[in-house]
Amino acid sequence: MSDRNLAHAQGEQETRWSSLMRAGLGGDRAAYQALLVELAPVLRVAARRGCQKFGLMPADAEDVVQETLLAIHLKRQTWQQDVPIGPWIRAIARNKLVDALRRRGRRGREIDIDDLSDVLAAPAEEDRSVVGDVVRHLHSLAPGQRNVVQAVAVDGVSIRDTAQRLMMTEGAVRVALHRGLAALAQRLREHGT
Amino acid sequence: MKTDDLIRAIAQDATPPGLRPEVKLSLALAGGIIAAAVLFMLLLGPRGNALASLDELRFLLKFVVTLVLAVGATGLVLRLIRPGATLGAWRRALLLAPGLLLIGIASELIALPGSGWLTALVGSNARNCLTYIPLMGLAPLALILLALRSGAPSRPALAGAVAGLIAGGISAALYAAHCPDDSPLFVATWYTLAIALLAGLGALIGRRLLRW
Repeated sequence: MSDRNLAHAQGEQETRWSSLMRAGLGGDRAAYQALLVELAPVLRVAARRGCQKFGLMPADAEDVVQETLLAIHLKRQTWQQDVPIGPWIRAIARNKLVDALRRRGRRGREIDIDDLSDVLAAPAEEDRSVVGDVVRHLHSLAPGQRNVVQAVAVDGVSIRDTAQRLMMTEGAVRVALHRGLAALAQRLREHGT
Repeated sequence: MKTDDLIRAIAQDATPPGLRPEVKLSLALAGGIIAAAVLFMLLLGPRGNALASLDELRFLLKFVVTLVLAVGATGLVLRLIRPGATLGAWRRALLLAPGLLLIGIASELIALPGSGWLTALVGSNARNCLTYIPLMGLAPLALILLALRSGAPSRPALAGAVAGLIAGGISAALYAAHCPDDSPLFVATWYTLAIALLAGLGALIGRRLLRW
């Protein structure tokens, strides 16, 4: 593919991401999930390249992917809907890679951020067998949050069914889910994996 | 947990996000300005001849410099907390206040004989300046930092320091109405030091509080 075609394809991709994100910000869960599913393999390629380049294990890459997805979610209010979404996503991915490198004792500050600027331009790569380390932190959540995150994430139960199963209101399930995700992100940030 | 599981959980949490960072920051600024102003009226109040001094350039310059600093720092911090945002002209906006002050200093040095420079610099009120500007800036700084928690700065300490500049600009603009020292030499020395204290405090707190 020529550079121009590649740039064009990237532009289309980012336009689609933007509209999915806008729908997601409006509460459209299906669009939001479609966006995250599409982003994950792209982020994975970037994370693997970054990990390889700076001497981290390939398994660390999946943690970076999960942290990046959580950060995209928890910081989605910082994306301005009228600016391109690509630079915003790339900046978050870079930040999370640098965080992971710092935790591993590398001096993240010395990493030239420009070295990472092209990593999201690569073709996607599938790998669903890798289990990230978020699960380890799941166990350290408060029981209420853990049960809800476990049900929704791992068991794939809907919010309504989770509410019935745990004898909670749907509102309480939503709150517990949100707090649980925020707590997961915090634990990953503070303790690493 | 597999990444697909995590995605499923995140998607279920797709409620519209809370207030945008700039809205939160505006609320924090409004609250911080009110809090600092109330504290100012309780502790100090404007000096007796404040209104009569409004036609003096040196007196006015104190407000212009501090408010320009606060506005520039506000614009900059809103960029700093957005991943991937370019700083653009805001990077240079912070130079505007020191630039204005330099012009003031230059005219002061021309107007004053050399023997008066040191007196003007030391002033009569340096200790108050170093006490009240940081003190009145604490509430704005706290509110601004809390508002910025919804942001995502690549450099949390830097964002915290710039938050300190906003708080310092607000507080110093209020203090300027009380302070009897109008010389740009005094302002450049003591106001700068007082605002730097808030910036340092902001950096220390921001480093931890604004991580994400």
